[in-house]
Amino acid sequence: MSSPVVTFDGVQRWFGKQPVLRGLSLSVQPGQVYALLGRNGAGKSTALRILLGFLQPHAGRSSVFGIESQQLGPADRGRIGWVGEEHRLYPTMTVGGAVAFEAGTRPGFRRAFADRALQRCGLRTGQWITRLSRGQRAQLCVVLAVAGNPDLLVCDDPALGLDVVMRRELLDALIDLLADTGCAVLFSSHFLTDVERIADRVGILHDGALVVDATLDDVKRRVLRCLWTPRPGGAPPTGSHLLRSAVRRGGHELTLLDASPEQLAELRATGELVAAAPPTLEELFLDVTGTSGPGLLREVEAEAVGGAR
Amino acid sequence: MLIHIDSRSPEPLFEQVVFAVKAALAKGTAKPGDRLPSVRELARELAINPNTVVRAYEVLERDGVVVRRQGAGCFLSDRGSDLAQGEKRRQLTDLAKRMVTEAYHLGFRPEDVKKAVAEALDDVQFETKRRQS
Repeated sequence: MSSPVVTFDGVQRWFGKQPVLRGLSLSVQPGQVYALLGRNGAGKSTALRILLGFLQPHAGRSSVFGIESQQLGPADRGRIGWVGEEHRLYPTMTVGGAVAFEAGTRPGFRRAFADRALQRCGLRTGQWITRLSRGQRAQLCVVLAVAGNPDLLVCDDPALGLDVVMRRELLDALIDLLADTGCAVLFSSHFLTDVERIADRVGILHDGALVVDATLDDVKRRVLRCLWTPRPGGAPPTGSHLLRSAVRRGGHELTLLDASPEQLAELRATGELVAAAPPTLEELFLDVTGTSGPGLLREVEAEAVGGAR
Repeated sequence: MLIHIDSRSPEPLFEQVVFAVKAALAKGTAKPGDRLPSVRELARELAINPNTVVRAYEVLERDGVVVRRQGAGCFLSDRGSDLAQGEKRRQLTDLAKRMVTEAYHLGFRPEDVKKAVAEALDDVQFETKRRQS
């Protein structure tokens, strides 16, 4: 296997006394689209900023193209497309000026692609940066980064603040980039339906570390979600295959990992088992981040009040 | 040829694309010789990762449903699988066993299964497929 484009190895970072990353490890392979997910404040932006060398880790290491993040030189950075949360652009420029500036600093800049993409987004070259809406600035940043023909594209929640049409444009721009170049992409996002379509692999960051790091196909194959109503005397299931068990009206909502046919047969023998199917990404996300505390294996007395209705 | 996928379905996206193409051929809504959309076209149309489309097309090519012509793109084919006859037989038996087993657990009777198979057979244009057995 070729060497990964991105690696995090046990990265830790505190802000004051607050640990944000407690040992983040992941890798992104060439051509792979990796979605980093997590609730607000989970440390996604911190991780991406550490990766690009904008922020020092307190322990562990990260690298891009095999080069330590803190050692990345101008030539290495030229191979990375970066779309930050703040959508930093020079306020004194026009859209056309920003494109010309970017084209001048990146040897492989695809001018024709940029012009086409801007036209599709409805951005005119004469528009002043200061007059753009938040969504338009986000689009311009994405177009500039993608047109730069990077070997790695890193985006911090690129779809934030975009409406549905703009998000679709963003997806199209990403699809074009991937079809043209086979570039690796690492992005954080809150739009799980977009992630389900485009990501090869997802990582879910919770309490400073990854609680899920798997391909979407793997999630579909290995995780099962079902409703289980115990027969009188039937005890709730336990075991390492149980990711989560939430009490619902008269039953349990179970999330199972790598459940064997025997374990499922056991559930059928001790209760009624219905709707066994892989979770959507949103369900999985809620399952693994919806609770605080160290473990995933916990009984959640969710919506217990609902039982009164 | 309309290819439809559901990103929330339990089935992996690339398998959904593979099945949609095979189903279009089997039902006669697409014909051998039809050109498949390019990887980019289909990825954009379905708003999915081009890697997923590439993977689907590779599986279709391996299964003899698609031929790749250098520079011209991918075309539907009635070439069929290269697998040996014995292996094809074995796969058919496996598929049948799997279906009957699942039907048993869903609580169906043998006559229900036979009826479902007959209905599914009606949907497929067997006479247009070159005989391979």
